[in-house]
Amino acid sequence: MPIESLDTLAKRMLFAVQEFTLFCGEALANLFRAPHYWSDVVTQADLIGVGSIPIVVLTGFFTGGVLALQSAASLAQFGAQAYTGRFVSLSMIRELAPVLTGLMVSGRNAGGMASELGSMQVTEQIDAMRALGTDPMKKLVTPRMLSTVVMLFLLTIVSDTLGTAGGAFVAVVFSAQNGTQYFDSAYQALVFSDIIQGLTKPIFFGFIISLIGCYYGMKTTGGTQGVGRSTTQAVVVSSIMIILMDFLLSRIMLWVFPPM
Amino acid sequence: MATTPQVEAQETAEHPAHSVLVFEDVSLRFNGPPVLEKVSFKVKPAETRILLGPAGVGKSVVLKLANGLLRPDSGRIFLFGQEITKMPEHKLLALRTLTGMVFQESALFDSLTVRDNVGYQLMERHLPVDEIDGRVREALRFVELEHTYDMLPASLSGGMRRRVAIARAIIDQPQFLLYDSPTGGLDPVTSTTIDELIIKERDVYKTPALLVTHRLQDAFTMATHRFDTEKGGVVPLPHGTTNPETTFLVLHEGKLIFDGSTEGLVTSADPFLKEFLA
Repeated sequence: MPIESLDTLAKRMLFAVQEFTLFCGEALANLFRAPHYWSDVVTQADLIGVGSIPIVVLTGFFTGGVLALQSAASLAQFGAQAYTGRFVSLSMIRELAPVLTGLMVSGRNAGGMASELGSMQVTEQIDAMRALGTDPMKKLVTPRMLSTVVMLFLLTIVSDTLGTAGGAFVAVVFSAQNGTQYFDSAYQALVFSDIIQGLTKPIFFGFIISLIGCYYGMKTTGGTQGVGRSTTQAVVVSSIMIILMDFLLSRIMLWVFPPM
Repeated sequence: MATTPQVEAQETAEHPAHSVLVFEDVSLRFNGPPVLEKVSFKVKPAETRILLGPAGVGKSVVLKLANGLLRPDSGRIFLFGQEITKMPEHKLLALRTLTGMVFQESALFDSLTVRDNVGYQLMERHLPVDEIDGRVREALRFVELEHTYDMLPASLSGGMRRRVAIARAIIDQPQFLLYDSPTGGLDPVTSTTIDELIIKERDVYKTPALLVTHRLQDAFTMATHRFDTEKGGVVPLPHGTTNPETTFLVLHEGKLIFDGSTEGLVTSADPFLKEFLA
């Protein structure tokens, strides 16, 4: 590859990082600047949060179920089947519920935001909004960001609950375990740091999903083909960023709350 | 929100330019050859300027620069006497509420009804619902589309969408109108309807405007017709006369090659203009 191309590529990547940083900064700063579009926040909360409940419920329940199924068989070899509840609840609450919920919501909403805003961009609706005196960042981006952060937090709690319940269902029905013992084990295993860890992650994931989805949407060029490209990029980049952020946050949490 | 720029516009009314819009040596390039090179012109109060030029020459770019939707690489742009070249976006947003813009493909918000599209600016200002309803109906009556009040843009024809876009642009009585190819892609009958609406807006409300088109027929219709309030329609001006407030600009290869009256345009000896008008 010629030197010029590497140079151009590096500049373009740096420019994209700079643009995204400014974009995030503006979206966050708009939380403290009038006007606030609260009705749009509620509408987006309904679309992003309530609309994602079915996939989050199904994912959470069956993931908890699979965990119980796999762990019960392995734990039984050591006579420790009674620890199934502990295993499921710790795995779900610390790791799987936030990450899987993030990935599900990312697939559904980051792409949705990118395609919606991208269509508006290529049909000049964003320019029309600016021409009518409305700031598209305040009207379109900040409400989506706020809604995603709040709703992902709540959806993760739903997933935590359904995952534990799914594990209980499998443990009781398929492994003939005692339900009370399962829930007691699940409850006793949890400590404050587990809850903090599990509920801090969705806040960061919410920012990632909404800001990447909106960024790719707002920067769309190239007609309908460009909208498709933005949608795909938004889903891919936000999914990768969620996994990466999960690793970083887990490392930081282990440092802040060292294992007993 | 809308009152601030009005006050500022009054304060700067004594600006030497004393024009609604001033372009001073404006240049712009994207990735490639320059789109605009040292373009200068003015739009005075009550004046309608028609910007002509071949497709892809940068006419829409001029409109977006005029409204601050794009920024020039060099040169200065004054809107209502205020320099907008480096004006922060939040100040520009307030200033833009004094202008109305009709986009090439209408750019209606496809998830909102015609009522919400037309009344968008009023809803943003949180005016009472009854007032919004009344003014939306009045604007739709002006473009003769009152029956589309509850419809979605997707169920309208191209010409109807363009008329709704005009209603949206004029509902707040703008002090300056920008039309981007308002008849582009429409059939001749619908184009005539749009032309008549623009002439009506020009002659009834005396709103200054910058209109982009590549259709010569529409441009000359505007220069040679007037709105007759008694007849309630557009009538031709006496033979050989043109509207003195309607003048022309011609853009070619990024440069402004003509700035003058209808008579000056048709009698120009410029080889490109002769070929363009032929």
